[in-house]
Amino acid sequence: MNGRTKKKLVKEIKVNLDKCIGCRACEVACSGFHATPKYSSINPARSRIRVVTDLVNDVLVPIRAGDYASSECTGRQSFTIDGKEYSECTFCTVSCPARDLFREPDSGLPLKCDMCEDVPALAEPMCVQVCRVGALVYSEREEEREAKPKLGQMEFALQTLVEKHGLESVLDTVARMAKKG
Amino acid sequence: MRYAETGFNLEIDLSQGSVKRVATDPRLTGLHLGGQGTAAKILWDSVPPEVDPLSPENVIIFSTGLLHGTPVPGANRTSVSTFSPLTNLYVNSLMGGWLGPELKQAGYDKIVLRGAASGLVYLYIHNDKVEIRDASHLQGKGCQETATLLKQELKDPNIQVAAIGLAGENQVLMATIEHANSSASRHGVGAVMGSKRLKAIAVRGTKDVNVAHPAELWEMCNSKYKEIHENKNCGDPMAHDHNEGFHVDNFAWGNARTRRPGYWNKEREEKWTGLWKKVRTRDSGCFNCPKDCHYTISYPGRQTYFLKCFSKLTYAMAAFEEIDFNYDILGVTCAYGLDGFSTPQVLAFAVELYEAGILTDRELPDFPPDAPGRFFYLVEKIVRREGIGDLLANGVYRAARQIGNGAEAFDHNTTKKVEQVPLKLGVINYPFYLMYCTGEKMNITQIEGSFPQAPIADKERRKAFVENWDAAPERFRKWYLEWEPREHMPIEASVNVCDWNEAMHYVDDAIGTCAWLSSFRGQFGGSPPYHLFNLPKFISLAAGMELDSEGLLEVARRNRNLIRALNIRRGLRRSDEKPPEDHWKKRDPEMEQKHLDAYYQFKGWTNDGLPTKETLDRLGLGYVSEDFLERGILSESAGALCAEGSTGTVAN
Repeated sequence: MNGRTKKKLVKEIKVNLDKCIGCRACEVACSGFHATPKYSSINPARSRIRVVTDLVNDVLVPIRAGDYASSECTGRQSFTIDGKEYSECTFCTVSCPARDLFREPDSGLPLKCDMCEDVPALAEPMCVQVCRVGALVYSEREEEREAKPKLGQMEFALQTLVEKHGLESVLDTVARMAKKG
Repeated sequence: MRYAETGFNLEIDLSQGSVKRVATDPRLTGLHLGGQGTAAKILWDSVPPEVDPLSPENVIIFSTGLLHGTPVPGANRTSVSTFSPLTNLYVNSLMGGWLGPELKQAGYDKIVLRGAASGLVYLYIHNDKVEIRDASHLQGKGCQETATLLKQELKDPNIQVAAIGLAGENQVLMATIEHANSSASRHGVGAVMGSKRLKAIAVRGTKDVNVAHPAELWEMCNSKYKEIHENKNCGDPMAHDHNEGFHVDNFAWGNARTRRPGYWNKEREEKWTGLWKKVRTRDSGCFNCPKDCHYTISYPGRQTYFLKCFSKLTYAMAAFEEIDFNYDILGVTCAYGLDGFSTPQVLAFAVELYEAGILTDRELPDFPPDAPGRFFYLVEKIVRREGIGDLLANGVYRAARQIGNGAEAFDHNTTKKVEQVPLKLGVINYPFYLMYCTGEKMNITQIEGSFPQAPIADKERRKAFVENWDAAPERFRKWYLEWEPREHMPIEASVNVCDWNEAMHYVDDAIGTCAWLSSFRGQFGGSPPYHLFNLPKFISLAAGMELDSEGLLEVARRNRNLIRALNIRRGLRRSDEKPPEDHWKKRDPEMEQKHLDAYYQFKGWTNDGLPTKETLDRLGLGYVSEDFLERGILSESAGALCAEGSTGTVAN
């Protein structure tokens, strides 16, 4: 490691659960934006942000679609916050087989939030734009990341072999091949 | 492809247990748009006038509005259209929440229900899967509890549920249909659902709703979110204003009797607000609307419920109690599914009868001495239809006549058998006179709304108001500008005001937009987000139809006359059209009748309030005029007179 760093742009949606009114305008805007052509259809089931809703128990939690998992997790946690119980799934962003969130309703393929990638870039994601009550607030910041040296094609291939067989074995093999010349 | 709508209705016969997915005629969308407009057409075609509202032959229709499921903010009010057991006339009761959009996402514009199941059932709709299921395990369960149990049972938290409670099951005529934070409360729609033995409807939809002109429509919608959120003149002001002086000082307490000016004061405001802070856990909105008009209330010892609008005060005022009592009893009545508008008046009426000795300890054994105790006691009797509760469950008008012995004299606040807003005022206001008389919805809040109730006293401020009043057609600006305090507007103006006010409700109720954003809210501040001049564009872009302001009014007129015709066919006549007798202290019978004459003439109705053949035919309702002629409701001679442009007289 050479200690060099680089800047990484982190896009963040701050979620203020106390402000959510459960209107699901975020779902409307997201599903519209990602329709083809844009806004030609509305379908919250296709939205990459969903408001986990349990009005009677005062649970309104907007979560955005994260990574796909082929299997559900090994167990669950539940959280008590201010005397109110939330399941782990309430906050979980994973598209997983345990629930029907974040999967295309027709194909079952996973959906993932892209923070509304567009050309030209949006000032803020669509869900944030329509959330006038301020439950969703967008911010961008730069964070420092350790810069990893970029590997060339051969280095990359060797790295893979090293990971699989160990450095010594690779070195031995290269030496043997060199001798045979 | 159909835009904004799905083009399919679900037709369900609960007697036969049959479910049909039926394609609808797109021409009807052009004629009626959707919502209660197209529902009225179905009721006209399928329910003969002699059908008893609580019989299996009655049809109850859950309608999405044309704009439900599109990105248009605030389009979420579901219509429940049927014939009311309270009035024996047409009823269209509305609820906000999420049900309509979810139904459209499931692929249907309407659920049309007829017949009656042999046991208690619920309807489960998940896209193409539609099932009538046993609900015996839900018997007697509260409305919210039923929704929670169904979500658990069906293992889907995203299901939207509309359910009745014990009041609906027992066909109480004030029974509601409750859905999430909202309810369809008026004129016993819950009793009709109960008569069909339908405990609940559970809907889940994951299909697309398509719009015709996506980019343009989205651009208009996107700016509306901000406008609606920031516009103080829309949404429910009662949801956030803790100064209740307007209602408690001016509206009547008890059985719509007593005004208590000066009741409101700083000390009371602090006390009431303090309690609100303790029991209210959140404000929520409805589907795709940035306003938060509904409180979640968690009152100790009661199931959590959702409070909206005037029910914040109605029980307390009917019982002459403080706000604490209101929060407490709503915890019970929301679970039972009772209308927060009419029920308190029924309870106060019963208490008056007891105090007058018309009801005694024989009918009310162990009747508590205190008002809260009495109200709780009566609620339990009513929802079970036990003893005297069996009569009170029929509402003030019917109960008064069934109890007899002078009870009729205590029914002073109903018209067309409906408990009216508890207001007792001084001098008659003619636009309101006409609205009370002729409104097909009977509840003033569902008729009034676009034109202010009174002139602004200061001429300069009035002028400024008119200058910013984009929602108003030119003639209303002129009339308002010229309206001086304590004066009556010209008859022509009053007639037009009544017509415009109700027309905007007919627009909302066809497209599904909330009255808090349009038809009810123009009167306060004059800047509703949706109005006659911008709605046609929203509808055109979403549904792909050509429509301008005149075209929209024409649809409103068509729907208005069709609904009028439904009621005329069931016997409604001029003699029914009057406000509560003591609504105003100072009346002028001659002027009142002149106004009514002028209004009927303006509408193209006869002197008896019947739409003429000419009016009906011009609106494409020839099938209605034919039916009227066949039944002898209209006569050929009247038809001929109408053709000459006169309202004529009508045999019958």
